[in-house]
Amino acid sequence: MTKAAQGRFGPYGGTFVPETLMEPLRELAEAYEAARRDKAFQAELRRLLRDYVGRPTPLSRADRLSEELGCRVLLKREDLCHTGAHKINNALGQALLVKRMGKKRVVAETGAGQHGVASATVCALLGLECVVYMGREDMERQSPNVHRMRLLGAEVRAVDSGSRTLKDAINEAMRDWVTNVRTTHYLLGSVLGAHPYPSMVRDFHGVIGQEARAQVREQTGGLPDVLVACVGGGSNAIGLFGAFLDDPCALVGVEAGGRSSEPGQHAARFLPGASGAGVGVLHGTRTYLLQDDAGNVLPTHSISAGLDYPAVGPEHAQLHDSGRVRYESVRDHEALEAFHLLAATEGILPALESSHALAWVSRAREALRGRTVLVNLSGRGDKDLAVVGGPA
Amino acid sequence: MSRIADRFARRRKDGAKAFVAFVTAGDPSLERTVTAARELEDAGVDVLELGVPFSDPLADGPVIQRASDRALRQGTTLARVLEAVRTIRQASDLPLLLFSYFNPIARYGLERLARDARDAGVDGVLVTDLPPEEAADWLRAARPRGLDTVFLASPTSPPDRLRRVAEASRGFVYALSRTGVTGEQERLSDDARPLVERLRGLTDEPIALGFGISTPEQAADAAAVADGVVVGSALVRFLETDPQGDLGERARWLRSAM
Repeated sequence: MTKAAQGRFGPYGGTFVPETLMEPLRELAEAYEAARRDKAFQAELRRLLRDYVGRPTPLSRADRLSEELGCRVLLKREDLCHTGAHKINNALGQALLVKRMGKKRVVAETGAGQHGVASATVCALLGLECVVYMGREDMERQSPNVHRMRLLGAEVRAVDSGSRTLKDAINEAMRDWVTNVRTTHYLLGSVLGAHPYPSMVRDFHGVIGQEARAQVREQTGGLPDVLVACVGGGSNAIGLFGAFLDDPCALVGVEAGGRSSEPGQHAARFLPGASGAGVGVLHGTRTYLLQDDAGNVLPTHSISAGLDYPAVGPEHAQLHDSGRVRYESVRDHEALEAFHLLAATEGILPALESSHALAWVSRAREALRGRTVLVNLSGRGDKDLAVVGGPA
Repeated sequence: MSRIADRFARRRKDGAKAFVAFVTAGDPSLERTVTAARELEDAGVDVLELGVPFSDPLADGPVIQRASDRALRQGTTLARVLEAVRTIRQASDLPLLLFSYFNPIARYGLERLARDARDAGVDGVLVTDLPPEEAADWLRAARPRGLDTVFLASPTSPPDRLRRVAEASRGFVYALSRTGVTGEQERLSDDARPLVERLRGLTDEPIALGFGISTPEQAADAAAVADGVVVGSALVRFLETDPQGDLGERARWLRSAM
């Protein structure tokens, strides 16, 4: 695993927050370290992951898709987690930590709504008050998840500032947190933000890769040639890749290429030559950031709300620079085609986020011929029906 | 001694408190920011904080968020704010403090900013989301140029952090009257006095209280505790309602009970 001393991932990461949050972040890091070493905490987390979330999630052989693409595709079925996405691994871990720290109130941001639903769910389970910030644009395109969060007892607050998407939801969640920090925990939903979030969220999702590695060895007798995951903030990708970093497997992270490589039309932070790409500081961490020459954050676009974010987890920035993970991007229409392809060949509706990972496999099929490719199916697509429309 | 330190020292000698005003640079235009500086100086303001607009001002409440949006729509950038400072400085000795988020100054370049800000007549810089732990590069750039570096102290900061904030601060220490974002409040928070008292034992630098101070009564309450009082959102909201209104008059009113 990459080194995270003091929250650094090489030149990336750090703690770029207003002073009011510094001591709460230190307390959180300390509480997390203690919980990580506490056998009782870990046992409780494992029990709930098994009996409540439904882990381990299966590793499915996608036979008809494999035949179509000419490579052997295996799907890590995070879509079968309770609430329909990997997000609950982290939400559950942090919520248990909140109980341990004695806080009663949780704020969270959400883009696609999957992290918001996961947060609302674990807060109901553990008896915590939950407020979810969501950009108004995202509330419209992911309305089933808004309904779900409300049914689960969470208060969903619409965010009308900025681009009214994930970035702005994080701004509002951080404003709430800095105001109510004495009583409130910020349940950040990706490997973003100030230390200890990128490491803590990665660790809570590490179970994805640990399970997948054991499953693929059992099923195939070996390791996959390539592992593929979509990258918004990058939590499902880090969760999968972590267990394979020292293996001779190619790792591919797939960003949202949106409509085009023009500024504002995509969320591909690593896209070579993409205008506005570079290193910057947003939401407490130094990382690759889509920004203009004056250091203002650029608008982004993706058909998938969960990938529609201008920065990326700082550990991904390091994995990018080291070359250990290769980052690619696929366009909106490719993700949509992959959605339909998986539905038609495997009887699975993937989340539009996960569809990006599938779309890259489909595009790279010639190069992948005969290889074993493990794709993280990070979430299910029921939430996306309004965006996807009718049959292709 | 820097202009900022000198102004606090003079106020202290007079047995008075410093009045620090904040406006968002470029709201509604940089031309207006230049005239606002003159009005505020004539009204006896001691230090002017110029907010550098940023796309994601997560330490700010709605009033300054809107001002930041308006300024950005006018094309306000850090480089253009420095031009405005140059214009202000041609006719004024008013101590000037840039108030920015880290990303715009990192993008500009820390060394380059330290040089250009000093040349333009900036006296100090406060970076909202840059705690002392992350500030080594910035301090290395700013200190040799004689730029004051102001850091925030919070009610949530324990003694070891307050010591660190005080040690990194030059010009004054900016004490946050409460947890939260910028914006007007009903009354001065109960957190304000204990924070200033805790800081007193740790530093000889002047201490200014800010965040949420928006009426003459609150300014007076804050001035009773600290060496200076920062008023931001109340002035920014005045400009939002009446862009060409008499900002000096508003500042005089806000400090009238101090």
